[in-house]
Amino acid sequence: MDLSAINPVLLIASLMVAATPLLLAAVGELVVERAGVLNLGVEGMMIVGAIGGFAISVESGSPYLGLVAAMIAGAVLSLLFAFLTQFALANQVASGLALTLFGLGLSALMGQGYVGIKPPAMGKLDIPILSDLPVVGPILFGHDPVLYIGIALTAGVWAVLKYSRIGLILRAVGENHDAAHALGYNVIRVRVLAIMFGGACAGLGGAYISLIRVPQWTEGMTAGIGWIALALVVFASWKPWRVLLGAYLFGGINVLQLNLQAAGIAIPVEYLAMSPYIITILVLVIMSADKSRAPASLGRIFHASG
Amino acid sequence: MIKLEKRPQPSRKLSLATPLIAVFVTMIAGGLLFMALGKNPFEAIATIFWEPLFGEFAFYYRPQLLVKGGPLILIAIGLSLGFRAGIWNIGAEGQYIIGALCGAGVALAFYPMESFFIFPLMILAGALGGWAWAMIPALLKVKFGTNEILVSLMLVYVAEQLLASMSLGLMKNPQGFGFPGSRNLQEYPSAFNAELIAGTGMHWGVLFAFIAVIFAYVLLNRHILGFNIRLTGEAPRAARFAGVSPTRLVLFCLGTAGALAGLAGMFEVAGPSGQVSIDFNAGYGFTAIIVAFLGRLHPVGILLAGLLMALTYIGGEIAQSNMGLPAAAIQVFQGMLLFFLLALDLLTNYRIRFAVKGAA
Repeated sequence: MDLSAINPVLLIASLMVAATPLLLAAVGELVVERAGVLNLGVEGMMIVGAIGGFAISVESGSPYLGLVAAMIAGAVLSLLFAFLTQFALANQVASGLALTLFGLGLSALMGQGYVGIKPPAMGKLDIPILSDLPVVGPILFGHDPVLYIGIALTAGVWAVLKYSRIGLILRAVGENHDAAHALGYNVIRVRVLAIMFGGACAGLGGAYISLIRVPQWTEGMTAGIGWIALALVVFASWKPWRVLLGAYLFGGINVLQLNLQAAGIAIPVEYLAMSPYIITILVLVIMSADKSRAPASLGRIFHASG
Repeated sequence: MIKLEKRPQPSRKLSLATPLIAVFVTMIAGGLLFMALGKNPFEAIATIFWEPLFGEFAFYYRPQLLVKGGPLILIAIGLSLGFRAGIWNIGAEGQYIIGALCGAGVALAFYPMESFFIFPLMILAGALGGWAWAMIPALLKVKFGTNEILVSLMLVYVAEQLLASMSLGLMKNPQGFGFPGSRNLQEYPSAFNAELIAGTGMHWGVLFAFIAVIFAYVLLNRHILGFNIRLTGEAPRAARFAGVSPTRLVLFCLGTAGALAGLAGMFEVAGPSGQVSIDFNAGYGFTAIIVAFLGRLHPVGILLAGLLMALTYIGGEIAQSNMGLPAAAIQVFQGMLLFFLLALDLLTNYRIRFAVKGAA
């Protein structure tokens, strides 16, 4: 084993890349859950975003068009969930599971012609002097644009939820949908929009995996990241900045275990590969002691009977 | 203007009819999907639903119905108990894998000894393995209030890695010329889960599935524990006042589901599949969720739904080889079924009124 082969600067830089899909999906789901909806279909929307974005960018030659397509694909798929839970008043857990099962199948079907193809590469940020700085350069100024979008999105969601009127309405709907309805807010419309936002974020996160992080298409390539994103929202107590922290933590664990695999540590590969999932469970256990932060209407069906 | 009016009681008739309507609507939507893939929709639907039962090679496919339906029913029965009480075990796939590993582990430990007690011991090990794996989310939920959905699902990925590790390491066939995968249990008479009646597909696992259906039926209709499960699902507050212990319910529902999923895995590895290999798990644990809902969480319904879902698996394989229909298309088809079912459930619980706008 040769641990000196692990370069801390590269480790941090790749940690940020590994964390980004998780961050995007989790921030989207955070908004959905703050509106009082539990969408367990994140994994399904991510993988459909992954193949949708991949296919469009291969066909069009533009990675940016692919990212937009992935967001649309995720949002369209989330509309199915929105229809089931908001209009057909179906159980949210079951509908979310249905979305994931359907998404996994659909992505496999769509991805048949795209196995083994390389997508067009996305340029990295290259600021003349800053990007060439030692240590700071590769960590702060040498990434693809989407990574910065992820961080900006976190800040945006935080600011909107905390300071804007829209954020206040969204939170009201999530905390007590009956009261929000009585105040004259359209609970269903707010929730549908939140669900679509979550879908678009998950789709973008999925495309980040297939277009930038890996970059290629393999069936089931999201490998549970959507589910980890759901756990991350609990871990973060429904707070945007903590989602960022959590995503980097998980990204770090993942990159570290991959580096340890490459360095040939004495632990078998399979046990290292288990570690992100086991750590997710541990974190859930620690965080679930405090449930008071969860939106009060989370997972409850709203039906205006009046 | 369409208005929804909650029914005082879910409609019984519609509750029975919606799964059938959902299957019918899925056939139409599936037909459109197959058409979009450039296949003849009528031929595809006929291949999936008719060919395995009454086609030219039905004598070969009919037994497969039990082989594929058995594990689905076994797992779905366990899941349905929890789903009724609002306890969401979605990690049956992991419990299935662990059950298979434990069952196969016992067999491989005794190899090449021949004895009558090996197979019963394997059954016990399979059930215990699945039970123990399900106890992890159960205990965490009971002790710390951890979300069982996420924990049970995370454990699927852990179990998959464990399966890979076992088939490449500890359980690898020493005479397998370096190929991954364990010894073939079909060639080990004491451990082989053979057909009970030749040519029917009926093996011990299918028998256990039928027994599970009967047990679940009696439990839910004739036993206080079953009543408590239903009560907790339908009126959680009333259940609390009645003194139902949520802790016991969580442990029972998750434990039973785990044990049944473990059994399903064990019977599969000792029978139709034959060996522990990296891609041993075929997604039964997830498809069983669809089966449970399609069967309305009712034991008899699950029996029928399991057979129907097995039919789509077999028919899907035929359509794959005869018509070149992609395997993933069948997965989409199964996913759609759950969608339509959930959407149509609206009719069971609500009445739809067409009101003239402004009149009310």
